[in-house]
Amino acid sequence: MSLLSNTTVLLGKELRTEFRSRELVTTTVVFILIVIVLFSFTFDPSAEESRRFGSGLLWLAFLFAASLMLQSCFLREQNNDTLSALRLSVADPFAIFLAKLAANTFFLLFTELLLLPIFAVMYNVPVLPVLHWLVLVFFLGSLGLSIAGTALSAISAQARMRELLLPLLLLPLLTPILVASTEVTAALFDRSPYVVWKGIGFLTVFDLVFLTALWLFGEYLLEE
Amino acid sequence: MKKNALGAIAVVLLLGAAAYAAFFIAPTDAKQGLIYRILYLHVASAWTGLTAFFISFLANLLYVWRRQLRWDALGVSAAEVGLVFTTVVLVTGPIWAHPVWGIWWTWDARLTSTFVLWLLYVAYLLLRTLVEEPDRRALLSALFGIFAFLDVPLVFGSIRWWRTQHPQPVVMGEPGSGLDPTMLKVLLFSWLSMLGLMTLLLWQRYRLEAMRGEFEIVRRQAEAS
Repeated sequence: MSLLSNTTVLLGKELRTEFRSRELVTTTVVFILIVIVLFSFTFDPSAEESRRFGSGLLWLAFLFAASLMLQSCFLREQNNDTLSALRLSVADPFAIFLAKLAANTFFLLFTELLLLPIFAVMYNVPVLPVLHWLVLVFFLGSLGLSIAGTALSAISAQARMRELLLPLLLLPLLTPILVASTEVTAALFDRSPYVVWKGIGFLTVFDLVFLTALWLFGEYLLEE
Repeated sequence: MKKNALGAIAVVLLLGAAAYAAFFIAPTDAKQGLIYRILYLHVASAWTGLTAFFISFLANLLYVWRRQLRWDALGVSAAEVGLVFTTVVLVTGPIWAHPVWGIWWTWDARLTSTFVLWLLYVAYLLLRTLVEEPDRRALLSALFGIFAFLDVPLVFGSIRWWRTQHPQPVVMGEPGSGLDPTMLKVLLFSWLSMLGLMTLLLWQRYRLEAMRGEFEIVRRQAEAS
């Protein structure tokens, strides 16, 4: 019970800080938008081609955006030296991770859903009939990105060259998410859309595996 | 010193015997001809590399649990040795693939996941160069090593299910597949000899790392006083 209430309080803090500045979400939105536009130059963006490449494009953009966005995850604590205070304030340090990864999932999902209509219009891919499935895949994928990303950003925050290090550590680790979610999204963009259940199950397994690992090893990541 | 030299001689003899077996004892493949003999280097290195990474993973777990720097030394040594063997796999793979499949590289499950595995351990070693303090470096890299190793089956599974154009597994694959009994024996013997080489390299690298760790502690003490 205390884990849940601690997490809720910390999540509130994370969301409040972001809503005051809105820095993170704004920059991520612009970043993904730039990637979406730049990608159109790398292939012939007709409706047919976009169905084939669109899902990969979207997920690569999300992956890169996440690897940039998650850098600042522990930066505020690091800069203001508040990590020890944060650790002392909760019984279980897992609550800190839960709150951060929930906030990150929320920011990522929010950004993705904001950009989905723009993508759909620019690349001529109909998304409305499969919207609820897309939301599910985006959620499971973003959750995976956030779990792994929050853990690794706690690592990279303690190293030199952290801006370069995080993508380096994170991106190869996210290969399974990229493969599975691209596959599920591609099937949803198909002329006759269908749901790849195996992919959805796989994403769930990825999330569970890394959530368990974070639960087991998270407290060591925050050791002083 | 003497023991090390003896160990090295034993490994060289073992590797020589494995090479002899690969060239002269194993029968020639009916379809591929001579080129298939690279299997004994390629597959044996792949298994050895995986063994080394598994040792690294265990050492990482032990470090997080026991907090002794020797586990850190073992972890980094095994990761480096594993990386060497995996590099051999990635180089011999295309050499074999080109004459047999007609292409240097295909994005098949085992190739791609080996490559991702290689990248993960390169990242592991890079991370180590970017953290100064020894205990912190040991802890952070051990945790990353654990995450990376957990990721490997997921990488393999995802690529195998959705990026399939690979030949089916031959050793321990489905019924109907399988290696000629002599070939299998030679392959297992090659693996054994490679494991000998791995142990030798690992031991030398571990001793170097342990000495380096001691040196660093002494240096820090000297600087502090």
